[in-house]
Amino acid sequence: MTEINKENKEDIHLISVKGEIDAGSSILLDNAFREALKNNKKKIAADLSELEYISSAGLGVFISYLEEFSANNIQLVLFGIKESVKQVFDILGLEKLLLIVKTEKDAMNAFDD
Amino acid sequence: MSDKLKIRLSFFAALLLWILFAGSNIYLMFVKNYEMKVDFSDLFPQLAFSLFVFFTFIYYRYAITKADSLNFTDLLWKVFIIGLVTALLSLGIQGFFMLFANSNIVKSPITFNLFYDVLVALVIIYTISTLVAWKRLILYQKSKALLRLWRLFEIAFGFALAFDFFGNQPNDNYFIAATLVLALLSLSLVFNLKWVAYLNFRQKWKGILFILLSGAYLYYFLRSLIWFSDPDMLVMDMLDRVFIWGLFGFLFTYAIISILVILFNLPTSSVFEQKLKEALDFQRLSQSVPRAETTDQIYETLIDSAMSAVFANAAWLEIHDNDGTRQVIRNLSEEQVDLIKARIENKFIKDILNLKLRRDATTNKLRDSIKHPKFKSIMALPILVQDEQIGYIVLLNEMSEAFNREMVSILTTFVSQASVSLENLTLIKESLENEHYKEELKIAKTVQKSLLPASLINNKHLIMEAFSIAADEVGGDYYDILEYEKNKFGLIIGDVSGKGTSAAFQMAQMKGIFHVLAREGVSPDVFMKKANLALSKCLDKNSFITATYFNIDAARSKLSFSRAGHCPGLIHCTKDNKVNYLKSDGMGLGILRNSSYDKYVDKTEILYGDGDAILLYTDGITEAKNENGELFGDARLKVSFEKHCDKNPKLIKEGIKDDLSEFIGRLERDDDYTLVIVRFKHNTDD
Repeated sequence: MTEINKENKEDIHLISVKGEIDAGSSILLDNAFREALKNNKKKIAADLSELEYISSAGLGVFISYLEEFSANNIQLVLFGIKESVKQVFDILGLEKLLLIVKTEKDAMNAFDD
Repeated sequence: MSDKLKIRLSFFAALLLWILFAGSNIYLMFVKNYEMKVDFSDLFPQLAFSLFVFFTFIYYRYAITKADSLNFTDLLWKVFIIGLVTALLSLGIQGFFMLFANSNIVKSPITFNLFYDVLVALVIIYTISTLVAWKRLILYQKSKALLRLWRLFEIAFGFALAFDFFGNQPNDNYFIAATLVLALLSLSLVFNLKWVAYLNFRQKWKGILFILLSGAYLYYFLRSLIWFSDPDMLVMDMLDRVFIWGLFGFLFTYAIISILVILFNLPTSSVFEQKLKEALDFQRLSQSVPRAETTDQIYETLIDSAMSAVFANAAWLEIHDNDGTRQVIRNLSEEQVDLIKARIENKFIKDILNLKLRRDATTNKLRDSIKHPKFKSIMALPILVQDEQIGYIVLLNEMSEAFNREMVSILTTFVSQASVSLENLTLIKESLENEHYKEELKIAKTVQKSLLPASLINNKHLIMEAFSIAADEVGGDYYDILEYEKNKFGLIIGDVSGKGTSAAFQMAQMKGIFHVLAREGVSPDVFMKKANLALSKCLDKNSFITATYFNIDAARSKLSFSRAGHCPGLIHCTKDNKVNYLKSDGMGLGILRNSSYDKYVDKTEILYGDGDAILLYTDGITEAKNENGELFGDARLKVSFEKHCDKNPKLIKEGIKDDLSEFIGRLERDDDYTLVIVRFKHNTDD
């Protein structure tokens, strides 16, 4: 049900998430981030347009990488996120820490070079 | 009728019929010699003889039990013993004739015929018992067709007995034709020698000896019959009978063929023993699981049986798994193993040793030669568990080209059987771990329950009602309240992300933080900053806690709160009968683990009216799903609260619970959820 695709667009590691992220599937998301780190990508874009639901375990994955990303100067941009899902990010206060934009184009422009 | 009774009856029948046969023979001799005219058919002794043969056959059919793979030599031993006894007795008869060669007693037709009939009895006893023994051997691992052929063979012997009633002489055509039929049938049977394969080397030599002796007895008996054959003296000469020639022919032929086949099989008997050992080793491997052996025992069994199966001089086995690297070595030192590893040139074998198994594993690539002062041949096989290579086994031989294709396939089955055993062990281990995890959850649930307050506050200022339930996956919902100063209360609701015992322990930490900070009467924003600092040190990396903390000043009807990422509560104001969110900015605890967190903390203050009520909850309620996958959501919760907010807190709680369970239907909850309702009252008289 949950599907996470990884794609390398030039210097950007693009992760697209489909379906629901709960305790079980959060491992997939974790793996996707870990791979980006391993490949030494400095720009990560996450396409959340098809993310239907995220549980606290899924949010925990985003949180767990915040520090590591900022320490390694890795930029993470989320885009296409649905209103219902965004609300979950907002309630937790994550919208203040994560760069969340509307479209993929916005995301590409959001990266600092 | 029991077999025992059958044996006895047939014995007595045979004995009686022999007496009748011998008696009628003597009688007929008298009739012939003294030309007495008596109405007594010479068919009578023929009939008695045939029935005697028949009952002897019946007797041995039951007396010599079915052969199985263990007692072939016992069976041959029996034949040997019967032969010995009967041969000694007939020797006695011959001795008697030699001793009294010139006396009248041996020239008397009566004596001659009587002794001849005794000899006939001995010959029949021996030949029939041997026939039954041969039958057991021939029919070992029989097919339906073979059984049918044997029946036909027995019937043919019955016909031969009947044929002999006509008194044909060995030189006439009918006699020759009948003998030929029996010979053909015999020939079609004598090549059934499956039992020979099941003899080991020793047993084969014993078999040859016994069969040789049984052949010698047959020869001796035939000689005796020929010696006695005198048409002038004998009433009934056995050598005039197709039956006797057929029987001797068959017994002789089978004895000869057996000896030849055993002889030819002697050099290969070690191969059969080897195969049997392989089968046993294989069985041992597959049985090692039900006996709940350890993986180490499986490795030991695998390496030993593999070595003996392919005649390896040395071997080693290496496993890389979660418990680290393990080596089982036979006839080698660790240094030698490293040396051999370095000398392997075959790329395919190298890959196996580096645990980089490739899919195109063909048996040819698994074996090769090696440049080593001692070992010349090498063979390597990967050990797979759940499609993942966890190790390999290497076998070495001092001779070149020592391993062949067949050995590789034998070894492959051994290794895959060991893999199955290992896989099963892993599964057993996993289910035990699962059991352990369940147990852990149980403990976590108990801990979680004990962390929630035993009693709530119900006084003239506020009435409180709460409900909390934990799903299978313990999350760690938390709420608590305490009066830190007269008419001043600290109230918290929180939700720990994470699972199992770790969530329960983090909840316990939250409780500790609450009881320390709330007692000090710190303001909600300070509470969150200090709580975040304390939790930063002890929360798991990807865990966080959401909470809302309230200070309730009942004397001033003032409610101040800070929200740390927790879903915002609802307040019902009686003045305008409206339900609103308790809005405030904030961030979950443990998300930012340094002082930068502080700037995201907010504090909101409101004044409440008499009878106003707040509803606090965890996201288990708003994220509860129905059968269509729809969430209960903020909107439905708000509507539900609006519907019930006029009632007392207990009924509000029940009302919302009912609305929720109506929405989710019969689906099981998959998350914890908590409800806290507080109604405020104005009371200024103290």
